[in-house]
Amino acid sequence: MRNAWIICRKELGSYFVSPVAYLLLTMFGVIFGFFFWNSLGYFVVEGMEMQMRGQMFPMNLNEQIVRPLLSNVGVIGLFFIPMITMRLFAEEKRTGTIELLATSPIRDLEIIVGKWLAALILYSCLLLFTAVNFAFLFKYGNPDWKPLAVGYLGLLLQAGALLAIGTFISTLTKNQIIAGAATFGVCLLLWVLEWVGGYETATWARVLSYMSVITHFDSFGRGVLDVKDAVFYLTVIILGLFFTARSLESLRWRS
Amino acid sequence: MIKVKDLTKRYARTIAVDQISFEVARGQIVGFLGPNGAGKTTTMRILTCFLPASAGSATVAGFDVLEEPLEVKKRIGYLPETPPIYPEMETAEYLKFVGQLKGLSGADLRKRIDYVCERCAVADVKTKLLGKLSKGYRQRVGLAQAIIHNPEVLILDEPTAGLDPKQINETRDLIKDLAGEHTIVLSTHILPEVEQTCEQVIIINRGKLVATDSVRNLQARARGAESVIVEIAGRSGKLELPIVQHKLEQVSGVRRVLCKQEIDNRIFFEVESQKGRLVRGELARAVVESGWDLNELRPSAVSLEEIFLQLTGTEVPAEEQKASATEVLQ
Repeated sequence: MRNAWIICRKELGSYFVSPVAYLLLTMFGVIFGFFFWNSLGYFVVEGMEMQMRGQMFPMNLNEQIVRPLLSNVGVIGLFFIPMITMRLFAEEKRTGTIELLATSPIRDLEIIVGKWLAALILYSCLLLFTAVNFAFLFKYGNPDWKPLAVGYLGLLLQAGALLAIGTFISTLTKNQIIAGAATFGVCLLLWVLEWVGGYETATWARVLSYMSVITHFDSFGRGVLDVKDAVFYLTVIILGLFFTARSLESLRWRS
Repeated sequence: MIKVKDLTKRYARTIAVDQISFEVARGQIVGFLGPNGAGKTTTMRILTCFLPASAGSATVAGFDVLEEPLEVKKRIGYLPETPPIYPEMETAEYLKFVGQLKGLSGADLRKRIDYVCERCAVADVKTKLLGKLSKGYRQRVGLAQAIIHNPEVLILDEPTAGLDPKQINETRDLIKDLAGEHTIVLSTHILPEVEQTCEQVIIINRGKLVATDSVRNLQARARGAESVIVEIAGRSGKLELPIVQHKLEQVSGVRRVLCKQEIDNRIFFEVESQKGRLVRGELARAVVESGWDLNELRPSAVSLEEIFLQLTGTEVPAEEQKASATEVLQ
């Protein structure tokens, strides 16, 4: 595991010495800030309208702000994940540094886990930016922190799964743009597969819908830690990294 | 140190390496010679465990490259054709990263970084970004990276490609310097490089082993006989070329006498002996007894270029031979 950590530190180094990390952080911060601002605006206006009409339905920060915002984070993340993973292996293949890694006394799996972990850590940094916004809710309101924590865990698992897929796709090409575009396409597809479940109830539709990464986020978003959904994400992570390992190996056989 | 037996590498349609066998002894410096596309890089990649062989076996320091790749990788330093550097890293940072990959840490690692920086003359660019370094520096950083864990075997793929003449000389000196501590395999398509740096040559062409021998033996083998340069000067009176030439041809064991040049009263000959005969002593006696001065008498070294063309030429169709020859003669 020491080796994976060495690789991970090197990857984080290249994210943070180049503008990549800062660009992603800034964009993510601004976009999420806008989402947050809007949803808070709606919440406040709605609250005032209710008061004027004299209706006193209970208003809930968790239900009305935290939950929709968390699934929004997932959607925004969808656009950022390809940008994080596209260079992981494509760049090494293009510049030939993959030869250095492959001829060093470390296992393929250590390289893969190290790189995936670095991507996950960068994504966690993006999530930290959203935490700043939520901190205001705690200052001026009284939301429950537990569902929020579970929601973050869900986001991390979801991102971990998509990052694993992105890492795999990055081993398939030397071209970062291709890796990025393909990752985006696959992630988007995994996202919208859920729609099928809306109008069709046959088995195939249920399977397709089940494969969608968003179906499994519902429980996390509600603040419920459902083992079934956690296992789904973990399975995708393991499968993604497993395919990455196979792809890296086949690279040597084919090259 | 390195044993390769019947090594074969097939790609989808082509055979890159075809049943190559050779051995490299500890501490030797071996040149891997062949035109571009001969299979040098492929062989090296198999030795460094980057590619698996299709058939045959290779062992490094007693470990099989397929069975125990991690043990092999620990003992090998590898410089690929383009140095594997990360442009966004600083030199020292990069060497630290590679050192850690190879299993070094702490004070050991710091000592090795200082040592290889000194050794490869990159100490003055320790804090520079690798992406901003010149080609020569990058190559040296690549070399530093290869020796950071003090490997028993060094594998260098065209270490002087793309450098200017001064850098080429420096790199060659550095490699020769390293030879004492490491077993070195270097590939090149430049012949003088092998003559200058290597003790042993392995010549391959189109994936096949053409010859493997010491540089000196190969030179001798190409001719199979001695070839001597003789410079004769007249002591008193004019030298008559036909007379001198006739006299030399009379010496027993001489096969052919060629007049190379005639300046003032001096004549240069190239004398070729019959196979397996040494004629230098007889030649000297004949010249002196005839009352001429013997200014010079030395064996002429056959250049590897000739050997190379002799060895590879027979298998290559004429037009390709020409192409590979021009490459070789660069």
